[in-house]
Amino acid sequence: MSASHTHDTHAAGHDDHGPMKGWRRWLFATNHKDIGSMYLIFSLAMFLTGGAMAMVIRAELLKPGMQFIDPGFFNSMTTVHALLMVFGAVMPAFTGLANWMIPLQVGAPDMALPRMNNFSFWLLPFAFTLLILTLFVPGGAPAGGWTLYPPLVLQTGDAFPMAVFAVHLMGASSIMGAINVIVTIMNMRAPGMTLLKMPLFVWTWLITAYLLIAVMPVLAGAVTMLLTDHYFGTSFFNAAGGGDPVMFQHIFWFFGHPEVYIMILPAFGVVSEIIPTFSRKPLFGYDAMVYATASIAFLSFIVWAHHMFTTGMPLVGEMFFMLSTMLIAIPTGVKVFNWTATMWKGSLSFETPMLFSLSFLFLFTIGGFSGLMLAMAPVDFQYHDTYFVVAHFHYVLVPGAVFSIMAATYYWLPKWTGNMYNEKLGKLHFWLSTIFVNVLFFPQHFLGLAGMPRRIPDYSTQFADWNFVSSIGGFCFGLTQLLFVYNIISCVRGGVKASDKVWDSASPHGLEWTLSSPPPYHSFEVPPEVK
Amino acid sequence: MLRVADPTEAGKRQQQSNRRLTRQLWWFVVGAFAFGWALVPLYDVLCSVTGYGSKKELLVAAHAAERVDVNRVVTVEFLSTVPTVGTWEFAPEQSEIRVHPGQLYEATFRAKNLIAQPVTAQAVPSIAPNEATQYFRKTDCFCFTPQHFEANQERELKVRFFVDPALPRNMDRVTLGYAMFDVPQNKVAVLN
Ligand code: HEM
Ligand SMILES: [Cu+2]
Repeated sequence: MSASHTHDTHAAGHDDHGPMKGWRRWLFATNHKDIGSMYLIFSLAMFLTGGAMAMVIRAELLKPGMQFIDPGFFNSMTTVHALLMVFGAVMPAFTGLANWMIPLQVGAPDMALPRMNNFSFWLLPFAFTLLILTLFVPGGAPAGGWTLYPPLVLQTGDAFPMAVFAVHLMGASSIMGAINVIVTIMNMRAPGMTLLKMPLFVWTWLITAYLLIAVMPVLAGAVTMLLTDHYFGTSFFNAAGGGDPVMFQHIFWFFGHPEVYIMILPAFGVVSEIIPTFSRKPLFGYDAMVYATASIAFLSFIVWAHHMFTTGMPLVGEMFFMLSTMLIAIPTGVKVFNWTATMWKGSLSFETPMLFSLSFLFLFTIGGFSGLMLAMAPVDFQYHDTYFVVAHFHYVLVPGAVFSIMAATYYWLPKWTGNMYNEKLGKLHFWLSTIFVNVLFFPQHFLGLAGMPRRIPDYSTQFADWNFVSSIGGFCFGLTQLLFVYNIISCVRGGVKASDKVWDSASPHGLEWTLSSPPPYHSFEVPPEVK
Repeated sequence: MLRVADPTEAGKRQQQSNRRLTRQLWWFVVGAFAFGWALVPLYDVLCSVTGYGSKKELLVAAHAAERVDVNRVVTVEFLSTVPTVGTWEFAPEQSEIRVHPGQLYEATFRAKNLIAQPVTAQAVPSIAPNEATQYFRKTDCFCFTPQHFEANQERELKVRFFVDPALPRNMDRVTLGYAMFDVPQNKVAVLN
């Protein structure tokens, strides 16, 4: 990486004059705000694309029987939907927020490694173009599920190497993004900002970044083994050659479980910023929040096989992974308690970001509870691979991760653009989203408990009613998101001017509010003093 | 971007420490990548230490039984699977045998190559319940080596086994299953 460093000085020299003109500003972007905006816009595009695929899935499941698409394409839809949402929507959205907010919150002029920042963003459009193109090659897109289990995934047609390469690119991008975050946080804080004075969003991202560089390379290794099994005659996962397909599950979930925390820790950070602001109180138990985040991250490395209870693990294994998984509920409980205690006797107001954060608090907790149910090894034999699992992870990911991203967008958008968004429309977006996300996902608990398997295009008629309800919820939730897009676009274009503090009546804490709205192209030319 | 570009001493120092940390983090990434690959041998070690699904344990009888427990009867069931439909017929000749622990038995499977080309096959055994694995001993098995079949050839395949008398009392039924795979021409199975 030394090459990119010698260039950093150079690039920075040019940047002193403000943004470059036209497309060059974006293609050669090294400014953290420009790159942050690109990440966020990219993420929104992937959210809508992945969302469209979810609509196809729900349309097919509206009624029992085969309606619109063939089963192979249905399986491609669930697979590509998940890959787009995980790697294209949620993760880049958080990286975008990190790019925008971390320098502003730690009082740095920019991210530490602007060139690498540019590179890590521009890998993404290639990765996802490749992934989406798999839909059009002979044999169709990967259809074995986002977990890419062999031997099923090895039956993918021409799309197989494309999908693997796309995963490699996404991995490289997130690793570079994470390194950038760590270096910025460790080296670029304003004088006086000790680690335990950092805003929680910065803290949660620091820990997330470490998770990323620890597990993304493991995923890269796993998909490389798939590739060599397919093309170079190795037998990592091939039983005939002495390999073991179950080993793939171990390697995948060693990545996969920390990955789910990669998608939720920054969300914890976001709501830890918003709830204190609109409660007009400092965050309850700041230190405990930091330590809880760190313990969740640590524990996330020793629970992976709770995804594999039914693979025939030894009893001691089942016990170990059951208990370690349940242990995570403790630090998670600490967090939920602290957010609630922050609001206790606070003088609350309910602007859109606060509404989304509250919804996060309730609905994420429901997802946590269903997680605890799944963590019980004996009952997981019944729940595994049913819609109950689908309901669980959608509760933690949609009203969890995605709602926190929406909350963050409403909270900081006026800071980024200098304009207020339309609060009425924001509230409407909130209420419709919260209602329909429950109409969409709550019935899936019932379906799962009644035994409906996941990843099937057709189902027995006893599941018809709740699937119908779920699909209607899905369509309404999908349409509601257009309000979000409209609100963002009109806010970027203009509107009532936002003040520097934006939320004046709440007088939010944090260095970002000491800058103008929008902040100058180069924030904190003179490092602020933190007391 | 001022501090990144800062030509002053402090700026240079900042850049140096950024570079150092970045380098360290890349080493961390390299280590994580290596760890991912190290999981493969680690997995095999763990399997053979615990005896779960261990290929050695499955394939080679550790020792012959000292005594036959004639007072006990265990049912051994046989199963067969063919992952690639249409190229093989593969089935046990007997669906189950009732055995005395410690005594040697032989079971026969019948396999037919359905394609008009010679192929090499490898059968991969599995035993259920998992806990029975370490008590199920094969002294000879068609799964120990790859099996060659001429075009459309049909053959009998034999397995010799005994059940260890130490099999826990609560188990009276053990299932021995085989999956039959085509071995790629250029490769010899590494099972043994
Ligand atoms: C209280 C904390 C949590 C517990 C105890 C928990 C437990 C579990 C368990 C046991 C499973 C496996 C179920 C099965 O396949 O039978 C599972 C699946 C899953 N969980 Fe969680 N979970 C928790 C939080 C989360 C969070 C925060 C996320 C993401 C933000 C998440 C995302 C997922 C996903 C994506 C799957 C399904 C993966 C797949 O098979 O495709 N979980 N969870
Ligand atoms: Cu998990």
